[in-house]
Amino acid sequence: MTQLPQSTERKMGLVIDLDTCVGCHACVISCKGWNTENYGAPLSDQDAYGANPSGTFLNRVHSYEVQPEQGHAQLIHFPKSCLHCEDAPCVTVCPTGASYKRVEDGIVLVNESDCIGCGLCAWSCPYGARELDQAEGVMKKCTLCVDRIYNENLPEVDRVPSCVRTCPAGARHFGDLGDPDSDVSKLVADRGGMDLMPEMGTKPVNKYLPPRPKDQVEEQIDILAPLLAPVAEESKGFLGWLDKALDKIPGGAN
Amino acid sequence: MHPAPSVIIFTTFSGLGFGLLFFLGLGQPPVTGFVAFVFYAIAYALAVGGLLASTFHLGHPERAWKAFSQWKSSWLSREGVCAVAALIIMGLYALGAVFLQSHWTLLGWVGAILSLATVFTTSMIYTQLKTIPRWNMNLTPAMFLSFSLAGGALLSGAETLAPWLLAIAGAIQLAYWAKGDQALASSGTNLGTATGLGDRGTVRAFEPPHTGTNYLLREFVHVVGRKHAQKLRVISFVLAFVLPLLLILTPVAGVAIKHVFALLAVLSHLTGVVVSRWLFFAQAEHVVGLYYGKR
Repeated sequence: MTQLPQSTERKMGLVIDLDTCVGCHACVISCKGWNTENYGAPLSDQDAYGANPSGTFLNRVHSYEVQPEQGHAQLIHFPKSCLHCEDAPCVTVCPTGASYKRVEDGIVLVNESDCIGCGLCAWSCPYGARELDQAEGVMKKCTLCVDRIYNENLPEVDRVPSCVRTCPAGARHFGDLGDPDSDVSKLVADRGGMDLMPEMGTKPVNKYLPPRPKDQVEEQIDILAPLLAPVAEESKGFLGWLDKALDKIPGGAN
Repeated sequence: MHPAPSVIIFTTFSGLGFGLLFFLGLGQPPVTGFVAFVFYAIAYALAVGGLLASTFHLGHPERAWKAFSQWKSSWLSREGVCAVAALIIMGLYALGAVFLQSHWTLLGWVGAILSLATVFTTSMIYTQLKTIPRWNMNLTPAMFLSFSLAGGALLSGAETLAPWLLAIAGAIQLAYWAKGDQALASSGTNLGTATGLGDRGTVRAFEPPHTGTNYLLREFVHVVGRKHAQKLRVISFVLAFVLPLLLILTPVAGVAIKHVFALLAVLSHLTGVVVSRWLFFAQAEHVVGLYYGKR
């Protein structure tokens, strides 16, 4: 059924801390590792060891440079996967009912046996969260590790999405964003968690915590720096002669 | 967007075919017997051929029948339902015209409306996508409908209507290009809103998530060929509208020459629309490209 539920009992999702993420891509690898051998069709690779490798991933980490008007540029690592939107356009466009949003926890899933691989859901997603698997011809997306989070065969500590369990920096948090008293909701409230492309009206469940302001980098980095300043502005002796001799060679200095 | 041949062929040919079915349903031309058979054969070849072509890009075409189920929410599903309904109703109407020499007017009208509704639902598949600002405009359905009507009028030999419909379609095409070129910029979506970091400074894609390409880049970030877009627009406009108008408005003596000119007008229009559809996909920028520092 591709009509969206009016509301969901819970809004399970991720909170991703852009301040903490170190861009190690461990979440990408653990996601691929878990999801290629569990829920649904495997995540195939094409030409994996050749000249032009590509493959299906449910989670990818971008890196962005932000240059403020004044001050130094900042590098921000940016993991991106399905945001399990409340108003998910990928669900309503599906012609077969393969795409659906669960009433009990708000997870957006694909029933792969109904998917015709038309790709329209990927077209409708502004975040690039869905990828058509080239080997299986069906749409793959983040399941929020639906086969881990309720899995009583796993130790309790492992009943979180694989990316969250793996993150060595603690930059990924999992919980119910529909419950204002949950840890993740408090984190979002404390840190000013934000939506990606709010103008698209998708109402993402996943939130991103913006990077904290960095300390100002002083002009003078080290109090010992003045003492380390070059003593001789103009070189003398052999080096002075070498400097002048090199200057005379055509080609110019850089 | 990747301009997949299957989708270009589908939208062009089925648009033309359903345009012809629209006029046939209204009794234009009021043909019966063998002549009617030829007209309906052309219309069905175009409409059904286009629909079949559209299944070539599916990952699992054998499950395509499931696409009729979600008409309550999905434009793609509605298109499937409308197309099958139009083809069945117009098939019955065609039986009357070909074998019984009779025009069941009411049935024809219903078939005509369903034919046009099919073209509208096709256009809405693209129009609904907020992720592609160039498609997310009222002018998109206007373009699909006006092209279909102009092509249908040309094919059905509606001599008085065709020049007007061609002129209207041409004007809508120009408006679509003019407004479409501003669409991404005026949508307000940029790398700043995509990352939520825009209020801190200028955001630049520093490193992509992977060294190679991926499905998203192949499907949504098609930049090859965009550099010839302006030339292709001129070629498309001349072939789709200017040349057909000249061909059908030139007074000629003799029925045979007139038919040759009409055929040339149809072929020119068809080629022009194919080029226009190629541009429709190739020039469309999906906002996911922003995450990769591309558009």
